[in-house]
Amino acid sequence: MMANSDNNRRKFMATTLQSVGLTALGGLLWSGYSHEVKASPLVLRPPGAIKEDDFLSACIKCGLCAEACQNRETNIDKETGKAREGTLIMAKGGDAKLIGTPYFIPTQVPCFMCEDIPCVPVCPSGALDFASLANEKQALDINKARMGLAVVHKESCIAFWGIQCDACYRACPLLDEAITLEYTQNERTGKHAYLLPVVHDNICTGCGLCEQACVTEKPAIFVLPREVSMGRAGDHYVKGWDKKDQERVKDAKSQETTTEISKESAADYLNSGGEY
Amino acid sequence: MKNIKYLLLRRVTQIGLLVLYFGANAYGWNVLAGTFGSSLILGTIPLADPYTTLQVLATGFVLGADVLLGALIVTFFYFVVGGRAFCSWVCPINMVTDLANWLRRKLHLDKEEVNYRFLKRNARYWIMGLGLVVSAVVGIAAFEVLSPITIMQRGIIFGFGMGFAVLVAIFLFDLFGVKNGWCGHLCPLGATYSLIGKASLIRVDHNHEACTNCMACKVVCPENHVLHMVNKESIMVTNGECTNCGRCIDVCNDDALNFSIRNYFKEK
Repeated sequence: MMANSDNNRRKFMATTLQSVGLTALGGLLWSGYSHEVKASPLVLRPPGAIKEDDFLSACIKCGLCAEACQNRETNIDKETGKAREGTLIMAKGGDAKLIGTPYFIPTQVPCFMCEDIPCVPVCPSGALDFASLANEKQALDINKARMGLAVVHKESCIAFWGIQCDACYRACPLLDEAITLEYTQNERTGKHAYLLPVVHDNICTGCGLCEQACVTEKPAIFVLPREVSMGRAGDHYVKGWDKKDQERVKDAKSQETTTEISKESAADYLNSGGEY
Repeated sequence: MKNIKYLLLRRVTQIGLLVLYFGANAYGWNVLAGTFGSSLILGTIPLADPYTTLQVLATGFVLGADVLLGALIVTFFYFVVGGRAFCSWVCPINMVTDLANWLRRKLHLDKEEVNYRFLKRNARYWIMGLGLVVSAVVGIAAFEVLSPITIMQRGIIFGFGMGFAVLVAIFLFDLFGVKNGWCGHLCPLGATYSLIGKASLIRVDHNHEACTNCMACKVVCPENHVLHMVNKESIMVTNGECTNCGRCIDVCNDDALNFSIRNYFKEK
């Protein structure tokens, strides 16, 4: 009797240990896989999307945004009466994006920046944030969207070669605001002007109409997520002439780097007359 | 016709729901839009998957009220109609695994369910809990990155891509691997609905007097341990793992099994 209950206890312990061990194994594999599949920095999200890291946890993958985009009134083809392909794509297996999340590819279908932004109010989870697109009157304002930022690769942009092209400038819904043309002299010919597109990051929404309009084989202007296409000057540099910029570094903390030779004072080689 | 009544009803429900979801995207219908993750009935009533909702909450993100309300509505609904009614009446993967299981029987791949040492039917509850832990650690809803359920549904609505491979994998697993492998052993969503349905009202009732012990019900049942009372005593199937698919009622020629409303007072 004693031996039997001992046996049972041992068996129970072994099974429990096995279950816990296998669960840990599964957890490691699962975590590793999940971590890999969420790492896709080159993805453009719908307007109003919250910070990518939060978006990945918040989006419940319901597709209501994509359905609203596809079936919006302005997307109905007047000739056929049918809906055209919408902007938003729900990531499929093989797209190398977190599966089931909405994104868009400007060269296929860019965002047309609808004034009523049908994709945002339908979001049930808060992954698309209504408040981030609301203006002072609490009305939706698509110009506040920051889906990405267009960048120009000047070596492949034919305007930088001196050929006259303003396709991106004309395609931009925020004409002469998000992209402006800078006129400079073409010194090679001596009598022509360069019309150079310049993107302004405080206005560009990242809709991608410029990328779609670009005439080069592979677009010389393209939209990237803002975290990818923007640099950061950091606290070490400040515009001393700009009150607002000084505000930015108000809370900056100094950082001191200590190395092996830090304890030696800097050599005063100009005045000490030593030999070097 | 008599012995496929519930099977037909289930297929009509499953396919009908998919048609409504498909039409919401393709033709702008407003009856049932979205996906299982979160849906909208007639553009007003929200629905949400309770397990997905728990996963998102586990990541630490404070979800919108629509999803929370939707998850409550769905939980309440399945609490009444039987937790895993979702599995057999709504989930599209059910059609894949039912096909695998049917083919398995036709090909005589196995007569008895093998008791796998490493894969017990309660593995799903571990996976369910693990899914929440992984969601919290990685910061994304962990089951949703590989859930064949939503991959299949989104595939039908928005296009499959490589996601089709997951369905083939599950089909092969259930056909050549473990009998009732996915739905009966692994699926954490099924586990969630098992828990929700533990106390649910609509149940299969067994009449011992009418039973002739032919065991046809146990052959077709995807969770046949829930039918432990067959030809033993006249009680209801109260195990939460019963999917309320009604196949046992279909195949019973003795009228010994029927749907019934649970009577909590009688049980005690």
